[in-house]
Amino acid sequence: MGLLSFIPFLNRKTDTDLFRLPSGSFTVDPNGVVVSSTLPQSFPQAHVRDIARCVMSCFKRAQQNRIQISEVHLHFSTLKITAREMKGSAMIFVTPTSLEESSY
Amino acid sequence: MALLTKILILDDDEEILALFQKLLSQHVTASAGVLTANSGQRALGLLESEQIGLMIVDLNLPRMDGLQVISIVRRKYPQTRLVVLTSLHDEQFRARAYALGVDQYWLKPETDMETGMFLESMEALMRREAQVGFRGVQNKSLGDIIQIECLAQSTSVLKITHGTTEARLWLSRGEVVDAQTGELKGEEAFQKILSWTEGTFESLPGDESHTRTIFVSVQGLLLNSAQAFDEAIQEQVASGAEATPQGPRPPALSGLSGYVGVECAVVQDASTGQSEDHWGIHDPKSISDWAHQSMKDFRSLGERLKVGEIRRVLCAGNERKFAISPVGTRDVCVGFQSRLGLTEVRDILRTILTQWAS
Repeated sequence: MGLLSFIPFLNRKTDTDLFRLPSGSFTVDPNGVVVSSTLPQSFPQAHVRDIARCVMSCFKRAQQNRIQISEVHLHFSTLKITAREMKGSAMIFVTPTSLEESSY
Repeated sequence: MALLTKILILDDDEEILALFQKLLSQHVTASAGVLTANSGQRALGLLESEQIGLMIVDLNLPRMDGLQVISIVRRKYPQTRLVVLTSLHDEQFRARAYALGVDQYWLKPETDMETGMFLESMEALMRREAQVGFRGVQNKSLGDIIQIECLAQSTSVLKITHGTTEARLWLSRGEVVDAQTGELKGEEAFQKILSWTEGTFESLPGDESHTRTIFVSVQGLLLNSAQAFDEAIQEQVASGAEATPQGPRPPALSGLSGYVGVECAVVQDASTGQSEDHWGIHDPKSISDWAHQSMKDFRSLGERLKVGEIRRVLCAGNERKFAISPVGTRDVCVGFQSRLGLTEVRDILRTILTQWAS
């Protein structure tokens, strides 16, 4: 424990859930388990799993309906998610966008 | 006289709460009082029991953060104006707050001048609230709204959004002086705008110096529009097409064959997933099921991540590319030839939706 951590003001911890949208990528196995990630730890793991689950469901559902897709791009108002399917696994890229970028 | 509503400030810093409660009470005259809350839960409780016209929210809050609160308030209390007041100098949070529907985003003022500007802005918001009385006019045509503005002798600019198309109407002392949408201007633009049957509008401050291009009275303009609308309906009936009195329906999907690379399309109800129309597919059920379930998941993901609405989904495969986009209460899923690049797919979808909107 460093000296600075004894100073309460500098060491003040906030228990807020507020997080910045990250820029990075992660890979998930065919079961939706996150295998590796370059996303910052400040981004909640629950959200990483949420993204993985949504994307994998989209790929699986497409397969069940005999729709052949291997790439999905999700454009939200302030976030872009790109997922590439790789033999059942997936690589997912997450990038924040400005409102201007995301609009047509 | 309009009923005055209260202001609610949400911040976890008691000193900030006390300071802004005092400042707002002194300087914002168009309010019935200023309430404070130091947590999201407490603020939501107050919103249930009090008439809150304006809520000022900090973003960095313990347990339930400001974006979560904004997302809930926007959904449950759409008439409440939302203003972010934060010390977070971060463009990303600003974008996310606006994507969730806040009216204004302010950094906590550091000088007297900034404080003055903030208080003036809050006063203007509350005054507008008190004058207008209500927001979110439902079941009113654009013609009704223009007539209301003109009867009130308003000088304002009406910003109208219809799908992906935007338009502006300049009003000066109760008269329509100009209109513009896309490349259309003046009376032609006005007739186009009046043909829209759904969308949103926003009243912006007036511009007295704007050049006048329309010299016909409002009644004359509305009569011309009504006449043009009747003629269009008669033409439809004469040609055997069904009139569509329940708001705009997507035009015949077969018209999509005119777009290079478009192979198929499905239009479905966004909430039920029921397919309303399809073209180029023998059995639309599989595409429709997949698109509906996926969009449902993505909407819910967007809410959990607080990143705003899903605007479009592009999917690529060896056989075909797909673009899915929300259009009002519907989702439209368009299939493209796989040889097209994703940028081309996005641009074609954009053109289709713009034409649809107009």
